[in-house]
Amino acid sequence: MSYIPHTANETQQMLGAIGVDAIEALFEAAPATHRFPKLELPPPMSEMEVAAEMLAISEANDHAQDFAIFRGAGAYHHFIPSVVNHILLRGEFYTAYTPYQPEISQGTLQATYEYQSMMCALTGMNAANASHYDGATSLAEAVTVALEVARHRRKKVILSHAIHPQYREVVRTYHQGRDIRIIGDRGRGEIVDLMEMLDENTAMLAVQYPDFFGQIDDLTALADAVHDAGALLVMVANPMALSIFKSPGELGADIVVGEAQPMGVPLGFGGPYLGYFAIRQKYVRRIAGRIIGETLDADGKRAFVMTLRPREQDIKRERASSNICTNQGLMALSASVYMALMGKNGLRKVGELNYHKAHYAANEINRLDGYSVDMSKPFFNEFVVSCPRPIAEINEALLAEGVIGGFDLGAHYFHLNDRMLLCVTEMNAKEEIDRLVEILGGLS
Amino acid sequence: MSTELLQPLIYDIGSPGRLGVNLPECDVPKVELPAALMREELALPEVGEVQVVRHFVKLSKLNYSIDQGMYPLGSCTMKYNPKINEDAARLPGFAQLHPLTDESGSQGALFLMHELQKWLGEISGFPAVSLTPAAGAQGEFAGILMIRQYHIDRGEGQRDLILVPNSAHGTNPATVTMAGMDVLELPSNDQGNVDMDALHAACEGELRDRIAGMMITVPSTLGLFESTILEVIATVHDAGGLMYMDGANMNALMAAVKPGALGFDVMHYNLHKTFSTPHGGGGPGSGAVGVNEKLAPYLPGPIVEMVEEQPPRTPSPGPVPPSVPPLDGGRNSSELGKGSSKSPLSSLGGDLGGGGVGVRDAEPPLYGFVMPEKSIGRLKAFHGNFGMHLRAYAYIRVYGDSGIRDVTRYAVLNANYLRAKLMATYTVPYPRYCGHEFVLEGHFADAEDVHALDISKRLMDYGFHPPTNYFPLIVPEALLIEPTETETKAELDEFVAAMEKIAEEARRDPELLRQAPHTAPVRRLDEVRAAKELVLCCAPALPH
Amino acid sequence: MGDWKTPANLRYAETDEWFAVDGDVVTIGITDYAQDQLNDIVYVEFRDAGDDVDAGDSFGEVESVKAASELYSAVAGEIIEVNSALEDSPETLNADPFGAGWMVKVRASDLAPLAGLMDASGYDAYCDSR
Repeated sequence: MSYIPHTANETQQMLGAIGVDAIEALFEAAPATHRFPKLELPPPMSEMEVAAEMLAISEANDHAQDFAIFRGAGAYHHFIPSVVNHILLRGEFYTAYTPYQPEISQGTLQATYEYQSMMCALTGMNAANASHYDGATSLAEAVTVALEVARHRRKKVILSHAIHPQYREVVRTYHQGRDIRIIGDRGRGEIVDLMEMLDENTAMLAVQYPDFFGQIDDLTALADAVHDAGALLVMVANPMALSIFKSPGELGADIVVGEAQPMGVPLGFGGPYLGYFAIRQKYVRRIAGRIIGETLDADGKRAFVMTLRPREQDIKRERASSNICTNQGLMALSASVYMALMGKNGLRKVGELNYHKAHYAANEINRLDGYSVDMSKPFFNEFVVSCPRPIAEINEALLAEGVIGGFDLGAHYFHLNDRMLLCVTEMNAKEEIDRLVEILGGLS
Repeated sequence: MSTELLQPLIYDIGSPGRLGVNLPECDVPKVELPAALMREELALPEVGEVQVVRHFVKLSKLNYSIDQGMYPLGSCTMKYNPKINEDAARLPGFAQLHPLTDESGSQGALFLMHELQKWLGEISGFPAVSLTPAAGAQGEFAGILMIRQYHIDRGEGQRDLILVPNSAHGTNPATVTMAGMDVLELPSNDQGNVDMDALHAACEGELRDRIAGMMITVPSTLGLFESTILEVIATVHDAGGLMYMDGANMNALMAAVKPGALGFDVMHYNLHKTFSTPHGGGGPGSGAVGVNEKLAPYLPGPIVEMVEEQPPRTPSPGPVPPSVPPLDGGRNSSELGKGSSKSPLSSLGGDLGGGGVGVRDAEPPLYGFVMPEKSIGRLKAFHGNFGMHLRAYAYIRVYGDSGIRDVTRYAVLNANYLRAKLMATYTVPYPRYCGHEFVLEGHFADAEDVHALDISKRLMDYGFHPPTNYFPLIVPEALLIEPTETETKAELDEFVAAMEKIAEEARRDPELLRQAPHTAPVRRLDEVRAAKELVLCCAPALPH
Repeated sequence: MGDWKTPANLRYAETDEWFAVDGDVVTIGITDYAQDQLNDIVYVEFRDAGDDVDAGDSFGEVESVKAASELYSAVAGEIIEVNSALEDSPETLNADPFGAGWMVKVRASDLAPLAGLMDASGYDAYCDSR
């Protein structure tokens, strides 16, 4: 019976204590006409067999141990120190739940508080929550916060087209029942074009940093323009890039959200990932999700507890601004351990490795006949390559050589046909990059 | 604040210049960094690897967890999390698989998701399932958005009311608001069921044409099977509304009843409850949604379907890839230049079949992602919390048809056993058999100063995680107890003994309870201070 | 009846606000019963002075550690003053709900809705029944 420990004898004793003859009698309130249907499921399997099956299924995938990966587009292959996984495998962390009982949850509470603190340090904000589902939903929730800050009197949300296409889709999914306008991302507008759209009906403007194309725009005038219009500036930021680039706080952002998967969470076919959410503390009562704060216990000992609870759905019910309950707590722990290990110097070094390797690859590819890299703006670890053949064809050829190539931008942006978004991280050794360049060169 | 923490903050145990990890030297020519864009300060800790390990190990020891003991947190289904699932999740083919890998290179993952969709559908009686919701709350959101769009497409966009019993979990009403609809709250009767008079009044009165649907938890949040559920469903359907089942309590239903067969139109599953994926100190969850034919076109996407055999690949330079990978997975990372055209079905061989899994054909079909025709859209980036899907897959695979049936049977047995044993000492408000959980009143007529919270805190001293407190809201001093099927009779008996001892202490020494816990790492916390002073971040201040 | 104070000269709403009338200016706060039920109040927030409210509109919100309550104005009019001192010391609401804990002043366009509210004895009876 796998994980069910009952012996036949114990079951009989328990039925006796309840006063029934059989377990079936306990289901009397379920409609008799529908009771005890047969389930067409496979038969039970031993752990040994399941382990073998899982291995076989997993090996039917093209994964990073067998392939060189040059694909990012919202999910990044980075080095994860062994410590992260070992801490994650502690049952004390992963088999606990939300710290509703702080007296016996100080481990989760403090680790989450430290996560909040380190995310604040990275983003230049002074408040953060304990996580959202992923980068896309953290942006969707930022829209809600901006609408709340504007007390729903402002109905316009401006999104840059250079925000991850799936994130923008999720924003639209989340807000389809609301009377708001989401504009700005249907064209190819630059930052200055977005600024033109600001008015007294604008609740927020969001840009990605670095943007979906890996590039960093000049954002110096943006924050003032947004604030002059009385709106909030939301930045979707790759936390790995914040290891070396100016923090969004320094650039005047009010809310910083994004995907913290690069910080210690494996690719994992897209989830579970880690949506982070940081904000200027003056707005913290508008945000969703768990928030951990420091306080004292009855003996005056410093300790941690979930705070600002009345914002949440279990207390505020239909008046809550979000229904989030379960979050990505374990992934926040990953990020916490990762950031603690990398620390001030290590994270900067990873960031620089990404920068140098990506630029090396870009420069080499740019020299190839038929290829050109968009160098019009600074970039971090992703860049756009214009290619001499359809991207599908190029990726097919790369795959045959054990290389997973760039993301086909034409799939989301009509004007970017034959352009791929390549990603180079610290995981790509020089030989791997050279091999990529060589294969591409053979396809010109 | 002057006193020390149990474990110092990570920021307070470092030293300037200390490194936690060695990184390789840069093996490419360096380029100049764009000075104007660079940050000056990065206020992260500077801690060594050993210190980091000890820091988090010490923190972990301040937690209570399922691996330590019984965790009867009602409505959260804190069952044992099988270790094999953790191993499986860490296989390189899953953990190191990029979400935007071409479908031909992710057939294993797609196959697994497709099987899981099918099994979840079978367990609950729904023909279509989407795995994309990241948690139960997101599944609810998807469900209500589907209902909303369904009415709009039928020209009945005026249907903007969702009925929600007052016993509902807070996510239900919050979901309705998020979807831009309004809640019509329904009272419960003295049996803990929906008040049928109120339901009929709502569905047959002047609001009839505005009823979009109803959200209801089965068994209810009180752990009780709604004995009038068929009438509830018929009443709402008659008014033109659709029925949403909150599947948080699915652990009481597997092979007991199929929600789809009862007439529900849509429900969500909590893979982190019913299907044992770990709760992770708050998450991740996974909240698949199942629907009937009416709502299938509206599912959030992408979902996995068997798709037509893809056209042959474009000829490309390089060696022709082998079509079947080695079974042992014994490839290594230096082995560049090998192919990718693999199928999980061929690699698994033909011995995987049996039961409902389906027969493996020699020429396997290909699995692909599909966006349902009228989808409410994408709920998150990529395809859901895949790491939870694979754990749920392994869980269902281990148990199989008979085991899944037993999960529910023994979960219900354990709950009823505890309930029977505790009835002598505590007030149990509803005199009938419960499902997988039950509620009791955490107060005593002859010990008025003792509250449910005090009982909960005292349970910690006896080595147990407390039940859920003060939920459902309709029972005074509620303690919602859910033992799950993975507890032994001995563990349950110890819990009963602790609860009996506490009831006795409540009369003899109420102060002992009010001051509890006494043996936990910290005592009760000043939540007022936390909310007023708002210390949310300990990072050194940054220049703005 | 419980041991809460209910001054005789005020009008009371079922949502636990009190209303004091001086000419066309209505001062609004929450009752002693309400502050006791909420327990330690940790946060208050009001709409801005100069905002208009309709009868039945929310003019702000009050929070304890376990609850959040909207505050409703029974009269329509313009908010002419808010007691912003409460934002820094919300505990005043627990200590002196009818005095220093007043919340907003509204210049009412119509005082008639106040007639439909409860008087002190009506409110006491209402609280007793809850």
